[in-house]
Amino acid sequence: MSGAEEKALSEFSADADKWFAENTPGDPGFMLPLSFLEVSTDQQFEFLCNWQRKVWEAGYLGAAWPSEYGGGGLPQEFQDAATKAMRRHGGPVFLNAIGLGWAGPLLLEMGTQEQKSQYLKNILSAEDIWCQGFSEPDNGSDLGNAQLKAERDGDSYVLNGSKIWTTLGNYAKHMILLARTGSDAPSKYAGLSFFLSPMTVDGVETRPIRKVTGEFGFTQTFFTDARIPADCLMGEEGQGWLIAMRTLEYERGARGGQAGGYVLTPFDAFSILDLAKNSTRGGKPVLDDPVIRDRLVDFIIEGQSLGLCDQRGRIAPLNQDRPAGLSLSNKLMWTEFVRRLCEFAITLTGEKGGYYVGEENAVEDGLWTRAYLNSFGATIGGGTSEIQRNIVAEHVLGLPKK
Amino acid sequence: MDHLGRIGFSEEQADLLEVAENFCRERSPMEKVRTLLEDDAGYDTAVWEEIAKLGWLGIAIPEEFGGAGLSLAEAVPVIEAMGRYLLAGPFIPTTLAAQLLCDGGSDAQKAAWLQKIAGGAIATLALSEPDGRWDDTEIAATAVKNADGYRLSGVKTFVGDAAQAEIILVSVKLDDAPALMLVEKSALPETALRRETIIDETRRSYELTLDGVTAPASALMDQDRAAMALERLRLAATLLGTAEMVGGNRAVIDYTIDYLTTRKQFGKTIGSYQALKHPTVDAYTMFEQARSHLYAAAHCFNEQGTGEIATRMAKAQAEKSLSYAADRAIQFHGGFGFTYECDAHLYRRRAIWHASQFGDAAWQKEKLAALLF
Ligand SMILES: Cc1cc2nc3c(=O)[nH]c(=O)nc-3n(C[C@H](O)[C@H](O)[C@H](O)COP(=O)(O)OP(=O)(O)OC[C@H]3O[C@@H](n4cnc5c(N)ncnc54)[C@H](O)[C@@H]3O)c2cc1C
Repeated sequence: MSGAEEKALSEFSADADKWFAENTPGDPGFMLPLSFLEVSTDQQFEFLCNWQRKVWEAGYLGAAWPSEYGGGGLPQEFQDAATKAMRRHGGPVFLNAIGLGWAGPLLLEMGTQEQKSQYLKNILSAEDIWCQGFSEPDNGSDLGNAQLKAERDGDSYVLNGSKIWTTLGNYAKHMILLARTGSDAPSKYAGLSFFLSPMTVDGVETRPIRKVTGEFGFTQTFFTDARIPADCLMGEEGQGWLIAMRTLEYERGARGGQAGGYVLTPFDAFSILDLAKNSTRGGKPVLDDPVIRDRLVDFIIEGQSLGLCDQRGRIAPLNQDRPAGLSLSNKLMWTEFVRRLCEFAITLTGEKGGYYVGEENAVEDGLWTRAYLNSFGATIGGGTSEIQRNIVAEHVLGLPKK
Repeated sequence: MDHLGRIGFSEEQADLLEVAENFCRERSPMEKVRTLLEDDAGYDTAVWEEIAKLGWLGIAIPEEFGGAGLSLAEAVPVIEAMGRYLLAGPFIPTTLAAQLLCDGGSDAQKAAWLQKIAGGAIATLALSEPDGRWDDTEIAATAVKNADGYRLSGVKTFVGDAAQAEIILVSVKLDDAPALMLVEKSALPETALRRETIIDETRRSYELTLDGVTAPASALMDQDRAAMALERLRLAATLLGTAEMVGGNRAVIDYTIDYLTTRKQFGKTIGSYQALKHPTVDAYTMFEQARSHLYAAAHCFNEQGTGEIATRMAKAQAEKSLSYAADRAIQFHGGFGFTYECDAHLYRRRAIWHASQFGDAAWQKEKLAALLF
């Protein structure tokens, strides 16, 4: 980076810090979801849409996306600086995660000019919420076996079948959809196609599903003779699997290009250090317990590992043996860490671990029990940890599939 | 969390890593490692001379004493490569002794020895004692001043490569304060050294009995700096041991994967069984984490506070990670894994060795708790 650019970056960063200091909302007076995955009420939805729009208007979301599509047209470092500033001030999560994080970068990479103009700006402004129709009731980990039918009929495709666990399904205007266009294709994968499918047409219905935490946020989505324009097809018929795999690389953080910001409440080991300092178990300060101290240090070491692995991923000579190793392990390492961390946090709260959200005596409004139950969303969603281990084993370590 | 450490990687580190990987692969094939297990000295003197010529012994020695004037951060990739190929030799003890001389030696001692060490003279440390302490709060060995110099007494353990060393830096109590003595090996009676039987058969370790050993007045290192130098030394040893573990960690995972991709049972390659596949992935991700910690510790080693935190974290992670990977390596080789011939145990033994030296993971974590909470 040139001296002038560096100066511009540090000014941008200082401005962002100031902006977030002034504009980050305090407690709205109702519970916010821990991530984009649990938007349960219209009140939460409105609040989070407004926040996202406001940040985008200020220039701190999509700063590195091209300016003709609503972005800031700046180098990635600028968005990273803005994201850092918002983390520092602990702002709410961005709810249009699927648009910002994976549909958007996918469109930027392989969308047509028209698709980019039509969709990208509204993703940033939260005008159009996006959802993802990959999983089906009978086909989850085995995504390649998806059966929802898309039949070509003149200028349209007609959709029949059902998707499930559709995050934000009831709020979304568009869905990235994996559907079967060819039943006589040479393999199950070759029969799949990828659509940018409207949710607002007749024949699409959503039914909210209650989650393990008691919250909502995803739906089962039914398609009954739903007719969508043929130009919703992305790429060509039969390329669905390829595009879906690329989408998952964005989703799992193995590939960059995201609009920025964060979509999950970030938990690191230091978020529980304060809790540990202020907690008692069985009437005694938890930090007096050597077993707890040992485990807490383990978590701090592991949390630090993950940050360091992010840094090391950018240093090529330290990744020569298995260049894709760190990026393909990223999701597995983080999500499993957060799950165990939140579980441990409950242990720290001792008897009060028995309370749940809504109880006035609960520690931090029952945050840790909720966060622990909620953490499975990330170890299951986006490809389970078991599937991630298969991927790392087969694609990084070269172990055989069968 | 920058105060816990950050990664940086210098061009020198990158170059050394590449050169050292190639060198160690060529000079330390497994047949050679196996032969040296049975050897008295435990290493190949010709390879040692080459190492000296490559300048690796002087990496962290100041230029005025014939070194390269870099830091321990640059020794880390070299030791990682040695660990990967189980290359045997007194590199770690010698590098550490040179550091201790730099930090706590008298001007005359530095002038007399650092250049020699950079050129291949072997040096080592005698810090441990039978009570097994991992710090220097109590030292039982003593030096007593007399007309000619000092009379030493006490017993030191885990003195690496002592039989080959030209000098041994010994920690003692002198006038009730910690002190360091530079003892020339030639001044030791023949019976002073006894080879210890240790878990890691790729290295050599000795018990040193000081009773009856005398040292000239010039043997005393700078006593004002002794406590500080010892503290730094222990951290340096922790860092270098970690580098060796991380190298071995990579190797034992590769070794396991080799077997998992070739051995067949029930008509299938055993690596296709998730009961083997998934723990191997866990071993791998733990290793990647350990390697990240290692290079953060190397990069931040000289930063007050951060260096200590990063180094202790790295050791704790590397010990856990290498132990797990090597433990699974034995199991995943089946009956062959239980044999002396299978290489898995070499790495498992190495992890146990490093745990025993300069504080194991639990001990590091106890220190970290005090630093972090
Ligand atoms: C919070 C949340 C949000 C989600 N949001 C969306 C969304 O927006 N859009 C969408 O399309 N999907 C979404 N999903 C669905 C998610 O991708 C699937 O749940 C996931 O891929 C697993 O599929 P499944 O539920 O059918 O479980 P199954 O595939 O039936 O798995 C059951 C168990 O078997 C294990 N298993 C399966 N196959 C293997 C194998 N080959 N090897 C080893 N173990 C195996 C799994 O790991 C799991 O433990 C979401 C899920 C969650 C939890």
